Amino acid sequence: MTEPKRTPLYETHCRLGARMVDFAGFAMPVQYTSILDEHAAVRERAGLFDVSHMGQICLSGPASVAAVERLMSCPVATLPQGAVRYGLLCNETGGVVDDVTVYRLGPEAVFLCVNAANIEKDYRWTLTHAGEAVHVEDRSPDLGLLALQGPASQAILERVCGPAVGGLKRFRFVEGSFQGTRTLISRTGYTGSDGFEIYLESERTAGLWESLFEAGKPFGLQPCGLGARDTLRLEAALPLYGHELDDTTSPLEARLDRFVKLAQGGFIGAEAIAKRKAQGHPRLLVGFTLQERGIARAGHVLTHGGSAVGVVTSGAPSPSLGISIGLGYVPPSLASVGTQLFVVIRERQVAARVVETPFVKAAGPRRS
Amino acid sequence: MADYDIPEDRRYSTEDEWARLEEDRVSVGVTDYAQQQLGDIVFVELPAVGTTVERGEPFGVIESVKAVSDLYAPVSGQVVEVNTDLAEHPEHVNEDCYGDGWMLTIEVEDSTEYDSLLEASAYRRHVAERKG
Repeated sequence: MTEPKRTPLYETHCRLGARMVDFAGFAMPVQYTSILDEHAAVRERAGLFDVSHMGQICLSGPASVAAVERLMSCPVATLPQGAVRYGLLCNETGGVVDDVTVYRLGPEAVFLCVNAANIEKDYRWTLTHAGEAVHVEDRSPDLGLLALQGPASQAILERVCGPAVGGLKRFRFVEGSFQGTRTLISRTGYTGSDGFEIYLESERTAGLWESLFEAGKPFGLQPCGLGARDTLRLEAALPLYGHELDDTTSPLEARLDRFVKLAQGGFIGAEAIAKRKAQGHPRLLVGFTLQERGIARAGHVLTHGGSAVGVVTSGAPSPSLGISIGLGYVPPSLASVGTQLFVVIRERQVAARVVETPFVKAAGPRRS
Repeated sequence: MADYDIPEDRRYSTEDEWARLEEDRVSVGVTDYAQQQLGDIVFVELPAVGTTVERGEPFGVIESVKAVSDLYAPVSGQVVEVNTDLAEHPEHVNEDCYGDGWMLTIEVEDSTEYDSLLEASAYRRHVAERKG
């Protein structure tokens, strides 16, 4: 067992009394006070997350944009400078290497924000497939990342980083400064609420956390851990790599069609994804709610008509809705909204129904 | 570190259940340490009245937002009462684990199992040792 890595905020988390867990090889806070309170803070006010465990891979050079265009399921060349896009890195069989956000830094520079568990894999993947002319750099160890999420996040961030961030549209970013250091601030997040993500040098991250924490006090800002991050993203039906996505799952099975340039093609995995679609997907991702008491968890079996038909990939009580929600894979014939399913929870069949996703619509001013 | 409420008027199992003997009945719940470790309790699954439970064996399940844990019977016997309010209000376990958050009452045949449970001082040491 190797010792989990620490983010620049490790000491801060311990001082705040966070319960720490090992997540993707990092010691991360799962909660500070209560997952339910932290969840509510983000939906109603604001929450501050340390997500410095996430990785950043920079690609630069004259061929970099074309290379990323070929790596990503979403269009990259048309992405204007200052814009961010969500997409998938796919493999030749149409499976997902990782789900990432692409930042267009300039005419010849982009960076990918990647999942902590996949940093090594993604770095090797991009290095192998970007071509020799492209400079690929893993900036993950040098960069911290904070997520400020919730309806009050704009007001809080304006006090710390200046009024310019208020005009930022969803999925846009600006370069800013904090105490003389360069920052990159994007109006993005993983909660389904309005919010921002702020990248900066590791050494300055704790300082920014303190400033945001102080500025956020009058707004009821709360530090939030991975527990709330998971319930928030699940309410927003945002996939989590390793649960809804993996190396064998087509992004179309995960219903990520709008992030896949299928007509345009030309990216790694495009042909396989198109072929798998033409053959008919054996399963599709659905959102469901439980109609009885109980909590669906990842790995629980889904049944229909007494037969096992699929598996739950994520499940939790929805703090906003007060019912249990989940995501899971079922055959396409059972993927329509309204379909009756059952979740097998400790040998008991608990009634569930396929519903529209997201489970919770964003209350913030903007949404992708 | 957090402080844990460990009342003197009852006994404790190493699995973090409390037990309180009144005549031939033992009421059971989880300790303050357990509820703090679990975090927000969102679901409690308890056996039906009339079920027989065995000491050290799971009798139910408690779920927090993130985790599922078994509940272990501190004594053997027949379940004669169940706190049905917890179906609607699992948060009572967080708010009042020694009172409104009680789980069930077990009718015991003899009290020797109860007598062998940890006293408050011993359970306090047990908790402290695990905090590390």
